[in-house]
Amino acid sequence: MNPNNYLILAAILFTIGVYGVLVRRNAIIVFMSVELMLNAANLAFVAAARNTGTLDGLVVAFFVMVVAAAEVVVGLAIIVTIFRTRRSASIDEASLMKY
Amino acid sequence: MLLTMLMLIPLIGSIAVFLLPPAKDLLAKQIALGFSLATLVGSVLMVLGLDNSAGGLQHTESYDWIPAFGISWTLGVNGISASLIVMAAILVPVVIVAGWWDAENSGRGNVKGFFSLILVLEVFVIGVFSANDLFLFYIFFEAMLFPIYFLIGKFGGPQRAYAAMKFLLYSLVGGLFMLASLIGLYVVSARELGQGTFDFETLTTLNMDSATQKMLFLGFFFAFAVKAPMVPFHTWLPDATAEATPGTSTLLVGVLDKVGTFGMLHFLLPIFPEASKFYAPAIIVLAVISIFYGALLAIGQTDVMRLIAFTSISHFGFIVLGIFVMTSQGLSGSSFYMVNHGFSTGALFLVMGYLVSRRGSKRIADFGGVQKVAPILTGVVLISGLSGLALPGMSSFISEFLVLAGTYAVNPTAAIIATFGIVLAAVYILWLYQRMMTGVPSKEVEETVSEISRRELVAIAPILAIIIALGFVPQVALNVINPAVEQVQTYVGVTDPEAAVGIEGSGS
Amino acid sequence: MIAALIGLPLLGATVLLLGGRRTNAWGHFLAVAMSAASFILGASLFIQMAGKSEEEREIGQHLFDWISVGAFQVPFGLHLDQLSIVFVLLITGVGTLIHIYSIGYMEHDPNRRRFFAYLNLFVAAMLLLVLADNYFLLYVGWEGVGLASYLLISFYQQKPSAATAGKKAFVVNRVGDVGLSLAIMLMFVTFGTVTFEGVNAAAESGSSSTITWIGLALLLAACGKSAQFPLQSWLLDAMEGPTPVSALIHAATMVTAGVYLIVRAHAIFDLSETARTAVVVVGAITLLLGAFIGTAKDDIKKGLAGSTMSQIGYMVLAAGLGPVGYVFAIFHLLTHGMFKAGLFLGAGSVMHGMHDDVNMRHYGALRTMMKVTYATFGLGFLAIIGVPPFAGFWSKDEIIYVAFSQSMIIGLATLVGAGVTAFYMTRMMAMTFFGEARWEDDVHPHESPAVMTIPMIVLAVGSVLGGMAMLFVADIEHWLEPVTGFAKPEHSVSHNVLIPVTLAVVLGGALFAWSRYGRRPVPVEAPANVSFLTKAARADAYGDALNEAVLMRPGQYLTRSLTWFDSKAIDGLVSGSAAAIGGLSARARRLQNGFVRSYALTMLCGAVLIALVLLLVRL
Repeated sequence: MNPNNYLILAAILFTIGVYGVLVRRNAIIVFMSVELMLNAANLAFVAAARNTGTLDGLVVAFFVMVVAAAEVVVGLAIIVTIFRTRRSASIDEASLMKY
Repeated sequence: MLLTMLMLIPLIGSIAVFLLPPAKDLLAKQIALGFSLATLVGSVLMVLGLDNSAGGLQHTESYDWIPAFGISWTLGVNGISASLIVMAAILVPVVIVAGWWDAENSGRGNVKGFFSLILVLEVFVIGVFSANDLFLFYIFFEAMLFPIYFLIGKFGGPQRAYAAMKFLLYSLVGGLFMLASLIGLYVVSARELGQGTFDFETLTTLNMDSATQKMLFLGFFFAFAVKAPMVPFHTWLPDATAEATPGTSTLLVGVLDKVGTFGMLHFLLPIFPEASKFYAPAIIVLAVISIFYGALLAIGQTDVMRLIAFTSISHFGFIVLGIFVMTSQGLSGSSFYMVNHGFSTGALFLVMGYLVSRRGSKRIADFGGVQKVAPILTGVVLISGLSGLALPGMSSFISEFLVLAGTYAVNPTAAIIATFGIVLAAVYILWLYQRMMTGVPSKEVEETVSEISRRELVAIAPILAIIIALGFVPQVALNVINPAVEQVQTYVGVTDPEAAVGIEGSGS
Repeated sequence: MIAALIGLPLLGATVLLLGGRRTNAWGHFLAVAMSAASFILGASLFIQMAGKSEEEREIGQHLFDWISVGAFQVPFGLHLDQLSIVFVLLITGVGTLIHIYSIGYMEHDPNRRRFFAYLNLFVAAMLLLVLADNYFLLYVGWEGVGLASYLLISFYQQKPSAATAGKKAFVVNRVGDVGLSLAIMLMFVTFGTVTFEGVNAAAESGSSSTITWIGLALLLAACGKSAQFPLQSWLLDAMEGPTPVSALIHAATMVTAGVYLIVRAHAIFDLSETARTAVVVVGAITLLLGAFIGTAKDDIKKGLAGSTMSQIGYMVLAAGLGPVGYVFAIFHLLTHGMFKAGLFLGAGSVMHGMHDDVNMRHYGALRTMMKVTYATFGLGFLAIIGVPPFAGFWSKDEIIYVAFSQSMIIGLATLVGAGVTAFYMTRMMAMTFFGEARWEDDVHPHESPAVMTIPMIVLAVGSVLGGMAMLFVADIEHWLEPVTGFAKPEHSVSHNVLIPVTLAVVLGGALFAWSRYGRRPVPVEAPANVSFLTKAARADAYGDALNEAVLMRPGQYLTRSLTWFDSKAIDGLVSGSAAAIGGLSARARRLQNGFVRSYALTMLCGAVLIALVLLLVRL
């Protein structure tokens, strides 16, 4: 199969992720969009690794997965805490950390 | 090793004071005084050990520090820096005794911190005057700021935070330009010698082209002009002295600011001879402006501490003038002026501090008639003031006249104009004296102002004695200074102009 | 030995100033003793000197090398010659008398010890001035007497007028000091030396313009110290000081230092016609101006101060005439020192008896109450107006004679001056000692104690005999000749004509004054509807008004505007840039709005931008 197709798919997924982050208010959805972007990047890495026949891309993809997992742990914890205190998961209402 | 040892004495004292258990304030003061006196003894021995037949650096020591960048711990003194070190070493114990209760009176306690900072400052001062590696000099130059920053910012008056910050920012900006020039100088030396260096004596041998010299000169000059301070980079000084305790002001103006003029004399002239000669006319104009600007503004002040600060700006004008005319009289006069100015301005700050602490106000208008209630204190004010206006018979007169005579030989116009500055000096001092000391005391003055105490007199009497003694036997200091000045002249490659009409047997 | 002359009074001053209250009881005796010891030493040195042959009279004492920087070599050296010794005798002699007088005059003053300390300090500084062997050391004495003068003028520190007067004297003197500083610098730059000997030897090889400038700078110095036009204004205010001070410092000794300086620097003035002319013009203007001011003063001390200015004008004028005049300048200085000191002490004695009232309109008919004062003041009066054979006659007549030999205008100026002198002094005599009594009932004039009258008597004797003694016994012309040079004027109006004319002018002035103030009653209040000239004289010929308009007002304005400029413009620029950075930061801070999605958008834009840049750069 043409490797370009993988890359195009990755770009589409990434764009959906960006769109989700920018327009959605619900923190969980934003979070999922971020995950989508990370996985789009992973897809690109894996495709590139397959194409070149080296392991480098695969290694980076594993790294990204680990980082994403760690991020989910911390991020979800924060979101849950915010939801508990504010009864809302809207990120526009939580703008405490400004100026 | 001598100079490092000399720095170690106050350093150990400072640490000892700092580590004392709480509520041992009296002991802290005594330890501080003891170590400062020990430093004084050491510095006097250091000067006595100088060989006055040679003008080069003496008591030299050099250890590698960061060899990769050609940075070393190189110390050494000549007559000029040695006499400045002694001056500082005399002023520190004086300030400690005069400021015995300043820390308590500031209302912010921490006596140990106060005296510990003074001793730390002394360490850096000795370092800055004896450093002969330019990088080391730069480090001391910047390090000096911090004890003073805390002395002003912690123990000063109501506007202390503003004054301390202003002082720090001004000095840091100046230092930044110096750092840029310093790096430039390093690059030039690396290009020319193969291995970059900050060693002063090596740097004097460089053959820089004049465009580079002029550029690098400006960076250093700006830092020194801020420090000195020269008009128009002076506005931090009146604010700082108005807020600092009198002792801090004494050290700041009497000692620290000398680093600016000392740097011009000791580093700028020898390292950048071409640029120095090129910029000299402009700097002379700036110096003359400083003389008059400082004097006129001193006349216009209503706050006594600010007034003294402006008189110092005027005096620094004379010092810079003497340096950049580059005659032996001008250079020796300026060097001697630096020493004398430390004493005479110190005396003024301290004695006015005595008055201010009694009356609780720095406004000149709040005084008047002090002569009636405190005649001895009035006498001390008078002698300090007369020294400030360079009365013949006082040491400041000798140095001021040497500067003027040295100037006349190469730039009569500047000399004639500057000479009229002595009239303004009489106006600002005597008018101050008239407003504060003469007349009939007001009720507040009568109630608050008491006669000078024994401690205060003990603190200030040595400076007054030195001022008068050096007026009659200035050669004690000049013998030490002269060889160093000749060395500077050799570096720059200038000689004194001959008298228009030579006489047999004179001019040796 | 020479150093001891200075050292004794200096020791006295030091002991009294540092000793504090412990020395209150005996301090004044110590001061008198020190001054007297210095006088005795001076007299013995004088006798020794007189016994030597002319070439050996000059002696020096090199104490130590004072300053040595490059070519600037100044010894701390003293030097006693025929000129210095007469000054030593005048300073210590009159000084000792005035010290003694002050014991009585200052008896009730709480600060008497300090007063005597300052007097001793003055004597020491003045001796240093005349004994220095170089201009630079002379400068120290020069400023030392200025300091003593400052301290003594503002001795009554609680009086604002006294404090102001002292400051004014010092500041105006400082303007003169600029002249002295510049002269010394010029000498150093031109000749490479500042010793009298060196400068005298080298003067001839200097270029004529340089010599003239040195001369003019020295003249400026002399104007400051000797209250000559245009720096005359401080002397009248200086009368705020205690009267013995006015007698010693502001009449007999310090104010004549300018004359000493000109005579001492005769090598310079001999070579420059221009400088000499300037000196003569200054002297002539001052002698007329001072006499003019003296005619309208009701304050007895200010009247005498105007007279002092005028008499010093005579001396300066004589000194400006060159070798024909130097000797007579000094001669008049010495006689003036005696009779004017006597007059001031007399005025002090009158004030002492009149509750320190200085207004002559409140005096009158004091001759019966104060016989000794009347007699001594009268003898001084005869001396100053130049009645033969009193002291002033000999010296002033010689100056008039020499002046006529040089220029008719100058001669006439001195002649007019003599007439005006007679006028104002007669007026003073008439208002003080003659006429009807005008004092209030609670004032009880009385003669002063012997400790005050004896010095007055001694000075009166000097006013009578001093002139003749110096001219005929000591032969002052030839005594001073080796130092100052001396020449007989070539052609002049004959003495036989000049003396009668002078006497006639003097008599005319005196009779005119007598007709206005002796024969007619003197109003107790100064009349207000007087001529413009009288008003001008009362206002010190508008000298202060001029100073105020030309110097003080613009100075104050400049100071105020510079203070504004400094705080607003220079410091404003600094604080302004700090404020600008602060303001900018405050704006920039607003970007941190706390909304995650706007941060994300910013990031996206940044990423797109970077991508674009990468693409563009690659292409």
